[in-house]
Amino acid sequence: MTFRFVSRKVLGSLATLLFVVCFNFFLFRVVESDPVSALFRGRNISQQQRQQLQHDFGLDKSKPEQFVRYLNQTAHLNFGFSFETRQPVTSEISARIGRTITLVGISTLLSTTIGIWLGIIAAWRRNTPTDYVVTSTTMAFYAMPDFWLGLLLLAAFAESFRWFPTGGIVNVGSGATGLSHLVDEAKHLFLPGLTLTLAYLGEYTLIMRSSLLDTMGEDYLTLARAKGLRDATVRRRHAVPNALLPIVTLAAVNFGFVLSGAIAVESIYSWPGLGLATYNAIRAPDLPMLQGLFLLFSAAVIVANLAVDLLYAYLDPRVRTA
Amino acid sequence: MTQPLLDVRNLSVSYRTKSGPVTAVRDIDLQVNPGETVGLAGESGCGKSTMANAILRLLPPGTRVEGEIFFDGEDVLTMKPGRLRAVRWAEMAVVFQGALHTLNPVQRIGRQIGEAIELHENTSQSETRKRVGALLEQVGLPAGRANDYPHQLSGGQRQRVMIAMALACSPRLLIADEPTTALDVMVQAQVLDLLEELQRDLGLAMIFITHDLSVLTSVCERLAVMYAGRIVEEGPSATVFSRPAHPYTRALIRAFPTIGDTASRMAPSGLAGDPPDPADLPSGCSFHPRCPVMHEECPHLDVELWPAGPDSRAACIEVRPT
Repeated sequence: MTFRFVSRKVLGSLATLLFVVCFNFFLFRVVESDPVSALFRGRNISQQQRQQLQHDFGLDKSKPEQFVRYLNQTAHLNFGFSFETRQPVTSEISARIGRTITLVGISTLLSTTIGIWLGIIAAWRRNTPTDYVVTSTTMAFYAMPDFWLGLLLLAAFAESFRWFPTGGIVNVGSGATGLSHLVDEAKHLFLPGLTLTLAYLGEYTLIMRSSLLDTMGEDYLTLARAKGLRDATVRRRHAVPNALLPIVTLAAVNFGFVLSGAIAVESIYSWPGLGLATYNAIRAPDLPMLQGLFLLFSAAVIVANLAVDLLYAYLDPRVRTA
Repeated sequence: MTQPLLDVRNLSVSYRTKSGPVTAVRDIDLQVNPGETVGLAGESGCGKSTMANAILRLLPPGTRVEGEIFFDGEDVLTMKPGRLRAVRWAEMAVVFQGALHTLNPVQRIGRQIGEAIELHENTSQSETRKRVGALLEQVGLPAGRANDYPHQLSGGQRQRVMIAMALACSPRLLIADEPTTALDVMVQAQVLDLLEELQRDLGLAMIFITHDLSVLTSVCERLAVMYAGRIVEEGPSATVFSRPAHPYTRALIRAFPTIGDTASRMAPSGLAGDPPDPADLPSGCSFHPRCPVMHEECPHLDVELWPAGPDSRAACIEVRPT
């Protein structure tokens, strides 16, 4: 991998990020809203209080002035204060980011590995009952909207059977520590995690299946068999690695969506992560919070895409010279 | 007389398709003696490559193969999987056409060549590397090229890599399936010279498959011409080329202009019409709709290979013994 290739990709990503930063500012200014009255939900406040608040939030300045201030602050990783909680956006986000990474990260890892594995099985036994069962089941979960699947699972396993809690991250007021705290958190994690894993699974299975089927028609597999390799070795050494290339793209891009990917599911299960925070910030509307969240989500996607480009060049030598 | 190294008897191959089985190779007999080069010629779709793949049992599952393929007295078609894998490449190797698609694009060529050596001879890593280097030098490439990926080589170099790979385990039979088709004329000549030289030096038996008869006469001792899945003419290549008995062979020869002969260069005569659809062959002699010397009874005549000269046979009514 040449220095030129890497630096070109990195510069491209930085340019995209800069664009997002600017776009982010105007996006939330286009939505005409009066944050101060939204904050008080129509309750009466004095004119003086209103002006004081507008000044505190910097809303009394002109749009260009606000923009310059916004750029300056963003460059110093200062995203302002949440209208809702009056806390810095950065601390609001950092308090929640771990929970989202736990939930969505684990789900993405699980769905990627299980999906690839199911895809290999389905492709290798194509047009057999195994293939039909695997493909149609994962397809069905893929087709369901995740909030609906989440509600179904919630109704079944939390409401009817009462095997799992309905929401939150630990039992209210449990105060447990150590291992029992971990078990408690795992129980709360199970249903939202299952929902997301099932929802993502189909994509990986289907793409791995079709990618492997494409690869299986390649002449180099005939050559590998002609060399006298076992079928299993041909599959492991020549078919699967080459078929994995499109999956790498998909998985890495999806990892970029880990932070933002679970707005619906986090809301259903009251999982206090970034998704739920986004949902609440939209309802308020809490502009600084939204700005901070959107910037973070975009940055995650941009970084993931950069990682894909670099990883792909490492895996497929043909890309490096392109 | 010695036992032939390869003895194909009554070989028929039919592919399974959606609209029913399609017979690509019909009732073929072919013998190759140790150290002998046999040419197999014919248009695209006449079953040449199917023959090549059938001999190593590389046809897709579900393909019906009938007849016998004796390699050194052992029927390839009834070999157990383990024995078959041991025979592949160590005894019979293939130079496939179009090395761009036959080499794995994401593996270094050294690894792809070494894979066969390690598999069949259980060599150590350093021993394999030495052997790969020697093989590359044998086909006229620097040993350092082992670290290249296929896309870093030219078409001719890739074909040399294919040849080096085929020689890796010193097979007794080499099947060259259109090894020069995708190359330009100069490189074609180089690759042909290389194959001839290696064949002579190593005492390989070789089946040389091509649509270019003029290539075959310079390389092969015996020649078989295929049409619509059958051998229609067979004999010493000098005889077949200078005194072709079958009208199809004559047309094939005329299709290539003779160098120095202005008349043939100005008007290379082809053959009218397309090769027949294997799923819907003409009755009788399947060549009759395109035959310039068709007799009245050809559409109903069951042709077989009749003696056409001292050592040659042809499947044409013109040589039918009376």
